[in-house]
Amino acid sequence: MIYFDNAATTLHKPEAVKKAVTEAFDVMGNAGRGASVPALDASRIIYGTREKLARFFHAENANRIVFTANSTESLNIAVKGLISPGDHVITTVLEHNSVLRPLYECSDKGTEITVLGCDEMGNISYRDMDSAVRENTKAILCTHASNVTGNMIDLQRTGDIAGKNGLLFIVDASQTAGVYPIDVQSLGIDVLCFTGHKSLLGPQGTGGMYVRSGIEIRPLLSGGSGVDTYNPRHPAVMPTALEAGTLNGHGIAGLGAALSYLEETGLDVIREKELSLMRRFYEGVSGIPGVKIYGDFGTDRRCPIVSLNIGDYDSSEVSDELDTAWGIVTRPGAHCAPLMHRALGTVAQGAVRFSFSHYNTEEEIDFAVRAVKKLTD
Amino acid sequence: MRKKERKLVVTFHTTADAMAMEKTCREFRVPGRLIPVPRVISAGCGLAWCAPLDERAQVERVMRENGIEQEALHECMV
Repeated sequence: MIYFDNAATTLHKPEAVKKAVTEAFDVMGNAGRGASVPALDASRIIYGTREKLARFFHAENANRIVFTANSTESLNIAVKGLISPGDHVITTVLEHNSVLRPLYECSDKGTEITVLGCDEMGNISYRDMDSAVRENTKAILCTHASNVTGNMIDLQRTGDIAGKNGLLFIVDASQTAGVYPIDVQSLGIDVLCFTGHKSLLGPQGTGGMYVRSGIEIRPLLSGGSGVDTYNPRHPAVMPTALEAGTLNGHGIAGLGAALSYLEETGLDVIREKELSLMRRFYEGVSGIPGVKIYGDFGTDRRCPIVSLNIGDYDSSEVSDELDTAWGIVTRPGAHCAPLMHRALGTVAQGAVRFSFSHYNTEEEIDFAVRAVKKLTD
Repeated sequence: MRKKERKLVVTFHTTADAMAMEKTCREFRVPGRLIPVPRVISAGCGLAWCAPLDERAQVERVMRENGIEQEALHECMV
C-alpha cells in the first residue's frame, strides 16, 4: 500500500511516538489531580509537551499553549469565544469547514462575514483583504494553506493588515504546522489553531492552540480543573481556563515525542523532501493529456499536495481505482472545503488529492505517475 | 502519621505553573517537592511547592528570575 493521504492524517509516525504512547500507559495517572507519583508523572509529561509547543511556535511562555482534541475544537473555541453578534470577520474561500461552520453559526446570531474569493490559481488578493476591513471588523480568520490546492496564504502580509487595523489575527495551521516554521510573535498571530495528527506526526486526538498574552477567550467548556474546586466558575487563568476535563495525556506524550523528532530531523529537511516528491509527481502527471491539476505550482512555497482530475471521471471512481487496482491511497471528493471546490468549479466532480509525507519515496511517486497515465489511456 | 513541621508552601493558579516551578527548582537545585495543597491553606485542591523554611530567599529568587507566577506564599505546618 502506498499512502498519499497525509493531508488527512499522517499514517506513518516516528517510532519514538509509538514508544512514548505505549510507555505513557505504564506511568500516567491523571495530570493535575493530586501529587501522587503517577499524577505527577502525567503532569510532567504534559507540561514537557506544552513547553516544546511553546518553543516550536515561539510563544511567550508555555501557559499560552492550550491542549485540545484537534484543530476543529481549537477553531470552535477561538471563533465562539472571541466573535460576538455585530462583529465582522474576514475569511477566505480556502477554508475548511472547521473554520466555515463555526463562522456560519456566528452569522446566524448576527455576525457579519466577508469571504474573500480567489483567482483561477486559487490565490487570494491581499488588496481585497485590506479593502474588506470595516469599522466593525473584529478579526481576520484564515488558513495557512488550502488543504485542496496546497496554496499558502502569506501570514506576514495578512498579519500586517490585521495589525495596522487593530484586528484579531486567527490562523488555522492544520496543513502547515510541522512543515513550515511558524513564529506567532513575529507574524502578529493572536490565536494559532493546530492539530497534532497531521504534519506534527503525533497521535489523533491531540491538538491545541496558542493564545497571545492579554487575549481572553470565553471558554466553550467548563468542568474539572484539578484546582479551585469550590469556585462555582471554571478558573479563568490560562491554560486551565480553556482546558476543562482530563486531557489526552497518552496522546500528548506521543505528541511530545513527535516534536522532539521534528526538532532533531529539522523542518527544512522534512519540507524539502516532501516538496521534492510533490514536484516529481507534479512534473510526472502535468503533461498527461486529460489530467487537470488545481493550484499554483509556480512557487515552492506551498504544501506538498497535488489535486487533480482525469477527464470527466468522478474523482471517487478514480480514487477507488487507484486504491483497488494499484494500492495507492488518495482522497477524492470535496475535502471538507466546499468554497474552495466551488471556486475551482469542481463541486460535481470533486478532485483526487495526493498529499505526501517525507516517509514517501521517489519509487512510490513514479509508480503513482504510471498509474495515473494508465488510467488516462 | 509523621510529625508535622513548619514549612514554606507556595500555591499556584494552575497546574502548569506548579510544573514550571518543579522544573525550575530542579534545574537550579532548589530543594523542595510538589505536594497536594494543604487544606489549611485551601480546600480547593491543586499542587503546591513545599520547601524548608530556610530556603525562602532562594525560592523567591528563583520564581522572580524565571517569571513563575505564584498564587500565595505561606508558612504552615505540613
